[in-house]
Amino acid sequence: MSTFVTDTLNVMNRELKPVWREPMAVVFAMIQPLVFLCLFAPLLPEMADGSALQWFVPGIVAMTALMGASFTGANLMEEMQSGSHERQLVSPLGRPALLVGRALKEVVPMLMQVAIIVAVVTPFAFDLHLGGVLAAAVILSVFSIGVGALSFALALASKGEDWMFWTVQQTLLFPTLLTAGVLLPVDDAPRWLEVVSMLNPMTYVVDAVRALFAGTFPVDVVLQGVLGAGVVAALGLWVGVRAMRRSS
Amino acid sequence: MTRGLTRHFTSRKQTVEAVQGLDLEIGQGELVAFLGPNGAGKSTTLRMLTTLIAPTSGSASVAGHDVVTSQRDVRRAIGFVGQGNGAGHRQLGRDELISQGRAHGLARADARRRAAELIEDLDLAAVADRKVSSLSGGQRRRLDIAMGLVHLPRVLFLDEPSTGLDPQNRANLQELIRRLHAESGSTVVLTTHYLEEADALAGRVVVVDHGRVIADDTATRLKSGLGDLVRLGFGSPGDSARAAARLERVPEARVEVDGQSVDLRVKDGSAMVGELLADLAADGVPPTRVEVARPTLDDVFLDLTGRSLRETQQSPTTDADAPSAPTESEVAA
Repeated sequence: MSTFVTDTLNVMNRELKPVWREPMAVVFAMIQPLVFLCLFAPLLPEMADGSALQWFVPGIVAMTALMGASFTGANLMEEMQSGSHERQLVSPLGRPALLVGRALKEVVPMLMQVAIIVAVVTPFAFDLHLGGVLAAAVILSVFSIGVGALSFALALASKGEDWMFWTVQQTLLFPTLLTAGVLLPVDDAPRWLEVVSMLNPMTYVVDAVRALFAGTFPVDVVLQGVLGAGVVAALGLWVGVRAMRRSS
Repeated sequence: MTRGLTRHFTSRKQTVEAVQGLDLEIGQGELVAFLGPNGAGKSTTLRMLTTLIAPTSGSASVAGHDVVTSQRDVRRAIGFVGQGNGAGHRQLGRDELISQGRAHGLARADARRRAAELIEDLDLAAVADRKVSSLSGGQRRRLDIAMGLVHLPRVLFLDEPSTGLDPQNRANLQELIRRLHAESGSTVVLTTHYLEEADALAGRVVVVDHGRVIADDTATRLKSGLGDLVRLGFGSPGDSARAAARLERVPEARVEVDGQSVDLRVKDGSAMVGELLADLAADGVPPTRVEVARPTLDDVFLDLTGRSLRETQQSPTTDADAPSAPTESEVAA
């Protein structure tokens, strides 16, 4: 067990080195959510219970977490193509650690991105509830680990075929975002869409993050968010570790 | 480190038969080259020995550890330089050396010190703090080798280390491998399809073709078994025929006549040339031209398989390179 922890920390530290060295890359990676924020925010209708930004920003935060973590498999893909993944497979690092260390690393860029978004929107019509934001960050961390692990599993399953990775990733990305109610509320959706939304674990993450960002703490919603993120993390790590064990 | 290393290797690949029932024993401290055309099973063998893929059947042990049941022990004991770049392209060279040291259980300070040593030793000082993606092919290769050496492995595996390098870098790399082998006393096992490389580098050459070992000896002995080639030119076909008849009397020689020239393949031919020339002159057929060629490993390969290794390199057959991929998926499934 201690070997697993040491190995995992070693893998995570290695993965974080480029992040510390080039933090700007984290900003570039979130261009898309920022563009969404800039283009959508002016279109948002005035809402009865306060600023539309208050509703929209948590969604963008969740979107950033989903996008960043789902892209991350591309890094592993690059290492599979270059040969450095193979070199690590021959090192004494355990297979599960190679996956878990990478997935854990996703938390760091995600937190940096959340901090940037919150900093950007706070001067506008957005009330900052720091405690809520921090609690939401915890849920999003768990979610990011799971999505990151799934992305790595996809990279491993694609066996270094770029088109395969991107096709699957892009195909899943937007339906996941939309049915989770990130950009538009799904409250008045037709029945089938409502069902899809209910089956999407990200829905519960987004609901919890919204509640927490608003400075409220509805226990049931937050617990469901934790559970949603936990399901993604458990599934991701299980699938990811399996894929890594089979990697050669 | 100094404990004698024995390696048994038996494997039977029925489906792709990339490697078929290989039996091999390599002692501690040897420098061995697996030589063969693309698709001969060299890399597949190396991938089994480095725990990347499991043998379909048979067994192998490296540094005293079984490659299937004691993978982690094997991985601790070996250094591996694959065909690609071991160092991640987004990382700094020095960081990768430190990470690799940490992966092998070195404390942070030790990993740093070891990285600095290797940077110095492998002449990487100018590029170690640059991003790996900005390094030249030769520099990356040296960095990869440095990574394989971080933990002073008992066995260092190099899979086609010089492929893709220009002749200058290839020569430098061979010099480096020779030096590292001499200094460390590690066992070094490399694969190559360059004859010159196997010849220049390895104490022992294992010639592999179609997944089987077809020869296994020192390069010198492999070649001397074949004999030198003495090519004699004559003024007319009549002279060459007459000379050939006379040369047939040389014990254990193979004589071939081709128009005005005669090829004589005989052990230590270079030493007999003087005598041969005097004899032929006395017989009234003095050669007009003499060439003596030492046998090359290509001649050895040609003699063993009926194919030239150079030809197989130039026109890779359709099944070339196939073994490692199917084996991989087959094992993964």
